[in-house]
Amino acid sequence: MVVNCEQVWQEISNYLDGEVDASLRASMDEHFRTCKRCTSVLEGTRNVVQLYGDERMVEVPLGFSHRLHRRLEANMPGNRRTFLGWMVAATTAVVLAGSFEAARSYSRPALRSRHAQPATGVPPELLVVVSTVGKTFHGSTGCPFIHDKAHLQTIPAREAMRQGYVPCVRCMKKYLTA
Amino acid sequence: MPEEVTSLEHPARPLNEEMLIQRIRDGEHDLFYELIRPYERRVYSTAFAILRNEADAEDVAQEAVLKAFKHIRQFRAEARFSTWLTQITINEAHMWRRKAHADIMEPIIDHHDEEGNYTPRDFADWREIPLETLERKEVRRKLAEALASLGEKYREIFVLRDMQHLSIEETAKTLGISTASVKTRLLRARLMLRDLLAPGFGGGWTSKPFFVKGTKPW
Repeated sequence: MVVNCEQVWQEISNYLDGEVDASLRASMDEHFRTCKRCTSVLEGTRNVVQLYGDERMVEVPLGFSHRLHRRLEANMPGNRRTFLGWMVAATTAVVLAGSFEAARSYSRPALRSRHAQPATGVPPELLVVVSTVGKTFHGSTGCPFIHDKAHLQTIPAREAMRQGYVPCVRCMKKYLTA
Repeated sequence: MPEEVTSLEHPARPLNEEMLIQRIRDGEHDLFYELIRPYERRVYSTAFAILRNEADAEDVAQEAVLKAFKHIRQFRAEARFSTWLTQITINEAHMWRRKAHADIMEPIIDHHDEEGNYTPRDFADWREIPLETLERKEVRRKLAEALASLGEKYREIFVLRDMQHLSIEETAKTLGISTASVKTRLLRARLMLRDLLAPGFGGGWTSKPFFVKGTKPW
């Protein structure tokens, strides 16, 4: 079988891969013996395969492997458990903090007056006077700073503070923190 | 699968791969590092062959390896792990480009008619095999540029077959195409690269400065 240049070019890759049958291979070998151009194509193609097949051709970025392993590590099930653990811990912390805050709110309710100062050392059982529509508690009904004397109540200081009343800056002055 | 292919590709595999995979499936997850180590370069170069960008290739390589780990139970032993991993990488790279980088331009050289015969354009004599020139970064860069200038369907085939040394059947299976298509595209890829590179190699580059002003461009 005689093959021409075009036939050789179309089979040259298969020739290099050993994918041509014996008869075609023999014909191509015969052709290469006499055709300089096809020999040039064959050698060049063979060189392409050899050059690119060299492992030096694959240049991996510096640190690639390290970064890949770190990424893997972060996604390993063991670490996911750790991550879950952190999530549980974080959730618990949030719940606990919330509980503490709730408890704190319970013992120290929002003050009725934004301008008030918290009282310290007020005897909890001390009876104080509050006006149910006011914001302050007073030592006695005689305090001139009681605004609405029509709705007065006498209650223990503990209860007044629980309800958010703040001490009168005049008559309860000695109990103020400032 | 011929035994020699396996032994050539993994001359010093310390642990039987099947056993390794089984143990990973059974919960010894740390062994996955050992399983993946021989293929790290392959995963990266496959991603790079498609995306032609280092950062994207690294991201995709990481995604592919993670996916392989997460789906290791789905791996079927009738395929080689390396082939399966390469398939995942190719899918990830295609997805990556579709989702985030749809604007990447394909080179004009991609528009060759696959069915028509390819005629070599340059017959420069290139008999030397200057493998030692690969030590030169400039040479490697020129080779990489030549490869990057090929259309994706040729680039993929060439990388799998000639750089990662997959068999024709494995390449076909990995890309989901026929062996005939693999052979046709591989022929074109090789001849195109030869056309691109022969003038430079034919210029006696081992003895003279490689790229001097006035020489034929690649």
